[in-house]
Amino acid sequence: MTPTFRKSVPWLTSIGLFVVWELGCLLLQVPEYILPRPSASIMAGWEFRDAIWMHAVQTLYTTVVGFGIAVVFGVLLGVFVGSSKAIYDALNPLLIGFNAVPKVAVVPVLVMWFGIGTVPAVLTAFLISFFPIVVNVATGLATLEPELRDVLRSLGAKRRDILFKVGFPRSLPFFFASLKVAITLAFVGSVMAETVASNAGVGYLMMSASSRFQMPLVFAGLLVIAAMGIIMYELFSVIERRSTQWAHRGQQGA
Amino acid sequence: MADAFVDLDRVTLRYGMGDTLALDETSIKIARGEFIAVVGPSGCGKSTLLKLVSGLVRPSSGNVLVDNKEVDGPLKIVGMAFQNPTLLPWRTTLKNILLPLEIVEPHRKNFRKNKDMYIQRAKDLLATVGLSGFEDKFPWQLSGGMQQRASLCRSLIHEPDLLMLDEPFGALDAFTREELWAILQELWTKRPFTVILVTHDLREAAYLADTIYVMSKRPGQVVEMRRNTLPRPRTLETTFTEEYTTLVHELREHISAVRAA
Repeated sequence: MTPTFRKSVPWLTSIGLFVVWELGCLLLQVPEYILPRPSASIMAGWEFRDAIWMHAVQTLYTTVVGFGIAVVFGVLLGVFVGSSKAIYDALNPLLIGFNAVPKVAVVPVLVMWFGIGTVPAVLTAFLISFFPIVVNVATGLATLEPELRDVLRSLGAKRRDILFKVGFPRSLPFFFASLKVAITLAFVGSVMAETVASNAGVGYLMMSASSRFQMPLVFAGLLVIAAMGIIMYELFSVIERRSTQWAHRGQQGA
Repeated sequence: MADAFVDLDRVTLRYGMGDTLALDETSIKIARGEFIAVVGPSGCGKSTLLKLVSGLVRPSSGNVLVDNKEVDGPLKIVGMAFQNPTLLPWRTTLKNILLPLEIVEPHRKNFRKNKDMYIQRAKDLLATVGLSGFEDKFPWQLSGGMQQRASLCRSLIHEPDLLMLDEPFGALDAFTREELWAILQELWTKRPFTVILVTHDLREAAYLADTIYVMSKRPGQVVEMRRNTLPRPRTLETTFTEEYTTLVHELREHISAVRAA
């Protein structure tokens, strides 16, 4: 596979999907109010570009803020949970239980507390995305090789030394891997909250469009969310590769 | 031997709720600067012995004395190397070797001030093990043998009085292993420190050690102690002498006996 071809593959598969979708809708004569063709969705997106831009910025804003809180909170909790086996055992069931609660069920509670608007969306994005960060940071800290721990302890290293010299650097790749997952989850959270309890954002736009049977606009919204998700995911992939090169080495060396 | 540097006196260790007896009334005395090897079948508590001496594990009964003091916590005069080199992949070889100096006092306090001196010391040490020019390579860019050499350097950079080696050459090919025996012997001759080498390679024990302890199957007990009087420095030629082969042969018979028991 040539490098240029390899680079173009993701584009080709995406375009291929749109072509199949377009032709499928044409051949099977699917009505637009069931499944609009991608061309119609893109045209609708262009037609309502000003509104979509405004709502997309709002969604991006709530997502990034929620995600930011999740990163800070997730790292702190992850360090706490991963620093000792006892804390890990004590908190793990709580965390799993919390993660199992569908966040859409939490949105009404948030609306009761904070009213309709930006705050519930930010909080939903936060609640849904901090879990993978906590788990990954804690795992990175907890899975330190016992021999390495012995080496350090036999040098008289304190808990803090082990954490700073080994624990943190070692869990960085886990942390960055979790950011990619967390940012896409944050989009799910904020859009979900917007569809239920907001008057701005792509989620709200889609809800109002579907209530007016503007299916092409609904799908335009979906495409915008997908595009934002891909861009943010890629952004964090680049940051990950840059900052933890040692964990992404090729096959060189033994 | 009244002036034993390391003195294990009838040490017993039980793991968990006392069901697993890892070591049973084991007594070993090691003089300062002595190189001892502990051989035995797998699971005989050899590694446990190292943890006891370094203070990472406390005995269930009996006494562990190092330098005439009861060991009651991790010792700070110890260097350690394992079969797995456990180098930090995000640090270069040089920085990996400097790690103990960032932790052990008094180097820790002076680390920034004397950084150039410490770097020079690390470079010199790397040169003695034949790793000059690899200072800025990352561990994953080194071969297994080179990683093990670096690990050896890391265990010695802070000039410990006591070196613990847990099957350090176990994962290497035969040629690299013999090369590293010579390097370790050289380092030890230059600045004598006390070494406890745990191994299941009898030829390695016969090449390196002054005294060889044979341990029994779990629960571990010393069943045989052999003084190794082969002249130093030992070379590859030594391994072809009759004395050497006889020693290895006798050790092998002891191992066969304890394995059958």
